[in-house]
Amino acid sequence: MGKFFAIIVVIIAIASAYPIIAHKYVQPEDISTHGHAIDEQLSDTMAESGFAFLGAQFVLAFFVWRFTARKDGTKVSHLPGGAKLMVVAAFILVGTEVLALGVFGQKAWASVYFTAPKPDDLQVQVQAGQFAFYFRYPGPDGKFGPLHPDKIDEGNANFFGLDPANDVEARDDVVAAELAVPVNKEVHLLMHAKDVGHSFYVRELRLQQDFVPGLDLSLHFTATKPGKYEILCTQLCGLGHYNMKAYLDVMTQEDFEKWMKEKISEQ
Amino acid sequence: MQEASPAQVHAPPTSFLRKHVFSLDHKVIGLQYYGLALAAVTLGMVLSWLMRFHLVWPTVAVPGLSLISKVGAPGGIITPEYYLSLLTMHGTLMVFFVLTNAPFAAFGNFFLPIQIGAEDMAFPRFNMMSFWTTLAAFLVLITAFFIPDGPPISGWTAYAPLSAIGSDAGPGLGWGQTLWAISIALFCAGSLLGALNFISTTLDLRAKGMTLMRMPICTWAWFITSCIALLAFAVLLPACLLLILDRTAGTSFFIPSGLVVSDRLQPHAGGSPLLWQHLFWFFGHPEVYIAILPSMGIVSHVLMASMRKPLLSAKVIIYSMLSIGFLSWMVWGHHMFVSGMNPFSSLVFSFPTLTITIPATIMTLIWLGSLYGANIRMTSASLFSLGFISMFVSGGVSGFFLAQPSIDIYLHATYFVVGHFHMVMGVASIFGVFAGTYFWFGKMTGRMLNETLGKVHFWITFIGTYCIFMPFHYLGLVGNIRRYSTFVDDFMGPLMPLHKFITIAALITGAGQLIFLFNLFHSRFWGKPAPQNPWDGTSLEWSIPSPPPWNNFGDVHPVVYHDSYQYGVKGSKGDYVMQDSPEQVVGG
Repeated sequence: MGKFFAIIVVIIAIASAYPIIAHKYVQPEDISTHGHAIDEQLSDTMAESGFAFLGAQFVLAFFVWRFTARKDGTKVSHLPGGAKLMVVAAFILVGTEVLALGVFGQKAWASVYFTAPKPDDLQVQVQAGQFAFYFRYPGPDGKFGPLHPDKIDEGNANFFGLDPANDVEARDDVVAAELAVPVNKEVHLLMHAKDVGHSFYVRELRLQQDFVPGLDLSLHFTATKPGKYEILCTQLCGLGHYNMKAYLDVMTQEDFEKWMKEKISEQ
Repeated sequence: MQEASPAQVHAPPTSFLRKHVFSLDHKVIGLQYYGLALAAVTLGMVLSWLMRFHLVWPTVAVPGLSLISKVGAPGGIITPEYYLSLLTMHGTLMVFFVLTNAPFAAFGNFFLPIQIGAEDMAFPRFNMMSFWTTLAAFLVLITAFFIPDGPPISGWTAYAPLSAIGSDAGPGLGWGQTLWAISIALFCAGSLLGALNFISTTLDLRAKGMTLMRMPICTWAWFITSCIALLAFAVLLPACLLLILDRTAGTSFFIPSGLVVSDRLQPHAGGSPLLWQHLFWFFGHPEVYIAILPSMGIVSHVLMASMRKPLLSAKVIIYSMLSIGFLSWMVWGHHMFVSGMNPFSSLVFSFPTLTITIPATIMTLIWLGSLYGANIRMTSASLFSLGFISMFVSGGVSGFFLAQPSIDIYLHATYFVVGHFHMVMGVASIFGVFAGTYFWFGKMTGRMLNETLGKVHFWITFIGTYCIFMPFHYLGLVGNIRRYSTFVDDFMGPLMPLHKFITIAALITGAGQLIFLFNLFHSRFWGKPAPQNPWDGTSLEWSIPSPPPWNNFGDVHPVVYHDSYQYGVKGSKGDYVMQDSPEQVVGG
């Protein structure tokens, strides 16, 4: 039974590692300026964890193979070095790994969160509500009109609760159901939750951030490749959660200007 | 180390009710907890089948399901909201009523007093109350299935404000969610009573000679777990009470102003959704260790009897468990890396999270290193213990990814997380429960489990759980989001074959558990009678008959001469010396 156990463990270990080593399931191509640091961190961690995973499973398999159901009366023996060796090994192996990953990981994290957005960024407000995202651009005046939750009226397409009759800044605000951004331009996302918690996740951007009701957060990124990418809600928000999505449309500067003109004329 | 205190002495039960229902006997209470966990795990598993089935065959009707919920599954087709109900109830049942009840409350109740040589728990009446409170919690939760509004849909984490607003936020969020909060509050109260009892019993009722370091490792594990539980449930209980107040009394602990739900401006102001997350995870992360530590203890205990030698160092295992228990209080924020708390906090929470892998690795290396030079007896209990090590490693390494905020930003809320915690806290912990069951069933019931069925059960479960949960990691790497009732996203198409594979594996592995259930019930009545010490064990539970008499040790007070792992020595009965045997230990 010991040998059988060993064989099964080895088969499981190799079969588990194969799809990873063969790159069968990988993240989509990165289209952000900060994403490569995250990808690098992910692949370093994969290498170290993979090594630990295979190593531990193989040692388990080998010892069980070797030390099961020996002759009656076989005297048991102990690993030379004993517990001390194990403790030292754990501290060295994991300690280095913890330090290395922790320190390098900080850099990747910092690139997302600890840098201020550039002054000439494109500001977009995104509002998450059950079960749709809406995006608001400040319009030609560069200013967002204030929000009035009591004025929200989805039937009349007033998703944000704007009051153009009284607020001058709100009159030229552009509201869209997709996030259109120019390529290679920093986007500063101002995040607002209308009802319950939601999240903003774009796999290709390597970005995920929750919307917290009552707490307006911000996020900034630069998309480097034109195309349409899915924005998913990843925070359980109710029955339509699975279907809450929008598109990030990364376009050339000219296309973006054209898009914006069309939107302004529609308002 | 005192003589039994008066509180703990109670007369032998005479009536049927006192013997089997409202029993003060820790052993009966342990079995009651086990029974409750068994009912919960059966239901929880059926719910997971329904979820897996719906994910890959969303248009195929489940026969009979419409009888249970006409609204949730009209014609047997699961609606998106019912899917969320299933996952909420699955998570709640499994985390609270299975992973907390089985390894900790069930086995701990039965064996902790015996392993330290006590007649019963320190407070037998509290002990009975803690079980009945927990049972009430279970019944309140199950009631949510049968109310018109249906069970809650906010997940086992019940994030506010979704869980706090009420039925405006969607189906299941009316009475269903309130029942959930009441159930968890009751569960906390029951667990607090239990934890207090475990701690007092361990500290006060040890037999003569039973020093702390002579206690078996599983007793240590239950003791450390009780200390964690005492602090963790003491935080979740008030959190649930505040949630109930927000829902029923118009308070706003977790709800800020200006929320418009279902076109209605909510009459709340001043609360914080992050407050709920902090309170919840302050409980929630230690809860992971409440689930896994007892299994680590049980596996260590079983392994020594299987290997016929002590672990390289029991002391190091105990200190590692203590440091895991201590560090478990500093890591809750790693569940909230993308929650909107200050990004500096994420870095601060990341370091203790990575550090906690050091004691975990030490324990793993001690288990592995102890196998060297052993003479393993391959019983069902041994197989599940060895399987535990394999599973703990597999589930543990993925923790490296999620401990780093920069990687979590991509993997958060994906199936990678689901794979990680199912393996390390779900499957590994359950393997500990299986190991304990095969090891102790004879002691608990007086009948042995069938070993052949046990081994078949192990192989199906071991290979099956890998087939289910390893692919979850692959899905997560591609960015497959959890808690979606249907996969409508553009990139999901190519992943559906993998989802089908997982579902089929889950159905087969689940069916394999019927072998275990059959073995339990069949052996309970028709199994081989259990000898006093079937596995040549050394700790005190093996020094008394199977099953033990109502006061455990008869009228004798056991005296302890050794630590609890004198294996691989020359004793009068073989290669071991019992803890309560006065004979000298020769050779090692």
